[in-house]
Amino acid sequence: MVVMKMKFPFEKRVKLAQGLWLLSWCATVAGATTFTLGCVLKTELRRRAEVMDNTDVHIVPNTLMIVGLASLGINYFASKICQDALDAGRFPRWKNFLKPYFAVSCFFTVLMLLAVIMSYAMKGSLESSLKVGLRNGIRFYKDTDTPGRCFQKQNIDRLQMEFQCCGNNDFRDWFEVQWISNRYLDFSTKEVKDRVKSNVDGRYLVDGVPFSCCNPSSPRPCIQYKLTNNSAHYNYEYQTEELNIYLRGCREALVNYYMSLMNTIGAGVLSIFILQGSVLVSLRFLQTAMEAVAGKENTEIETEGYLLEKGVKDTIMEVRSTVWDVVYSQMSPSF
Amino acid sequence: MAVLKVKFTKTKRDKLAQVLWILNWISVVTGAILFSLGLFLKVEINKRGELMAERDIQYVPNMLIAVGLIACAINFLGGKICYDCVDTTKFLRWKLIMLPYIICTFFFTFCVLVGALMCYSMRGELEESLNLGLTDAIRFYKDTDTPGRCFLKRTVDLLQIHFQCCGNNGYRDWFQIQWISNRYLDMSEKEVIDRLRSNVEGKYLMDGVPFSCCNINSPRPCIQQQITNNSAHFNYEHQTEELNLWMKGCRQALLEYYTHIMQSIGLAVLITWLFELSVLTGVRYLQTSLENVLRQGDPNSESDGWLLENSFMETARTNLNIIKSLGKNNHIHTSNNGDPNINVPSTSKAHYGPDNVPPKQITEGS
Repeated sequence: MVVMKMKFPFEKRVKLAQGLWLLSWCATVAGATTFTLGCVLKTELRRRAEVMDNTDVHIVPNTLMIVGLASLGINYFASKICQDALDAGRFPRWKNFLKPYFAVSCFFTVLMLLAVIMSYAMKGSLESSLKVGLRNGIRFYKDTDTPGRCFQKQNIDRLQMEFQCCGNNDFRDWFEVQWISNRYLDFSTKEVKDRVKSNVDGRYLVDGVPFSCCNPSSPRPCIQYKLTNNSAHYNYEYQTEELNIYLRGCREALVNYYMSLMNTIGAGVLSIFILQGSVLVSLRFLQTAMEAVAGKENTEIETEGYLLEKGVKDTIMEVRSTVWDVVYSQMSPSF
Repeated sequence: MAVLKVKFTKTKRDKLAQVLWILNWISVVTGAILFSLGLFLKVEINKRGELMAERDIQYVPNMLIAVGLIACAINFLGGKICYDCVDTTKFLRWKLIMLPYIICTFFFTFCVLVGALMCYSMRGELEESLNLGLTDAIRFYKDTDTPGRCFLKRTVDLLQIHFQCCGNNGYRDWFQIQWISNRYLDMSEKEVIDRLRSNVEGKYLMDGVPFSCCNINSPRPCIQQQITNNSAHFNYEHQTEELNLWMKGCRQALLEYYTHIMQSIGLAVLITWLFELSVLTGVRYLQTSLENVLRQGDPNSESDGWLLENSFMETARTNLNIIKSLGKNNHIHTSNNGDPNINVPSTSKAHYGPDNVPPKQITEGS
């Protein structure tokens, strides 16, 4: 039972070959675009690598780059095949090449679709990676003298100013961490001693945030310290104050940024996937239509083109048995 | 005695026309680049328009935009002319236009050079404009409730964060003005009353700066208040501390930024000027050699091309005389009582029709 049989008179074959040639060059450009999009995403992820705990999410841009490069090759061969397709003398030399070519092309096209699905599905992994990374970043904010963590303060400050966010979940994360180094605390003063004694770990905790949490859109000069103490500042109520410091947490800000980037890229790659799929389907039709012409004297007869010779199930079983035979024949000489 | 005479064979003339055609199209592209650079400079100046006082600095980007557009138009026309110059018959179409075109382009190259020089001369006016603008901006920092100045605080904060600068000349500018609005000062507190009384104008002055002056490269949390008081902070000496706040003044930072842009633009304009000059020289040679070919009659012969037919002094004298006589033609001649028809001697030969036979004299009785 043939899948999707279609009749192809000579003019339709010629039109199909010409259209396919144009389409394959468009798909080549699209493949290059996919590669570029993968590079862009990878660069953006690497820029904030210090606040990410693991690099699991990098699988998305890596896949996009591989698929982009592969589709350049696939579409180059597709254009060459359809150039030779209408020439009955030149087409037969592609005969042995086409079966593995279609297998590889289908694999990479499916991989493209997987990349799109992953770009939506990796949100959870990204969020947990950012959660751990930001928590560490805030914890090591004060360690500007420890090798390996010297620039943590700079990175967190820049991040908070650029993404207009404060802390991990929100600004209260800064209350739970000692973000002022002991080098700048005068341990002879009573205030410092009291604060350090007031908690189990002996940390100097304040209800204050770094200056990078300050919102420039606030009408009043920034209140950084004694945030929860209404009486410490004139005409100030911290429960209703919204413009003083950034209320958004950096994890939420970063997740939103990366998800919008990946959604845009995912939408683009999805349309490229449809383009690539149509190139492969048209090539398959052209191949089967031209194979029916082979050996005949009159090359301008009407032929039939199809997608699969047998039904879907039979084709899968046939492919599986072919692969098994190949693997078995590779393995047996080793005995 | 012609200036810089060069002999042109037919092939040399054709090659010159082709090369000029390409150069003209390259000049169109450089004209477009100039136009976009002028537009870019205009946008950049308008972006920081709030921080600049009213000064005449818009003339530089406007001139660049105008020069870019005119360069595109002139070189487009020049490309068309040079394309047609390969064929002598088509050259006749352009013959009358070419000399005025060359004169216009000559004056235009002067404009381009003036444009390039203006880029470098804008710096002084810009500095003054920024100085006044920033002083006002810092003064009105606290007026977030005054219409028209609501967003000045935000603009100044973002400026100081982005350009990594503090105040006009340095951070001490913030010590001399009140940058905390009275709305947020508790007038019943003793400290506030003391500070207000301590100066003549009743301003709340402090040795503190806004948070946007904080340097992110500092290893310690930012010290914004009581900057000059060493004992207020542990392990702190304000005379040697360099990493706590941004040390550069915003006027200098902005000036450096704009000077950098204008130097790049000035370089691009100079390169455009050199292109225009070379195109002009080539077109002049092409014009003179083609006119000489027409004068000689044979389109395939060799001809001379030059920049000026006579020497520089003679050409200048001839042109001055032409300009003087243009003025004289408007005057009435007063030698014959104003009537130009008296005493005009007949020096022309009489013309008696196509066969030039004088008519028979009419005699009596014939």
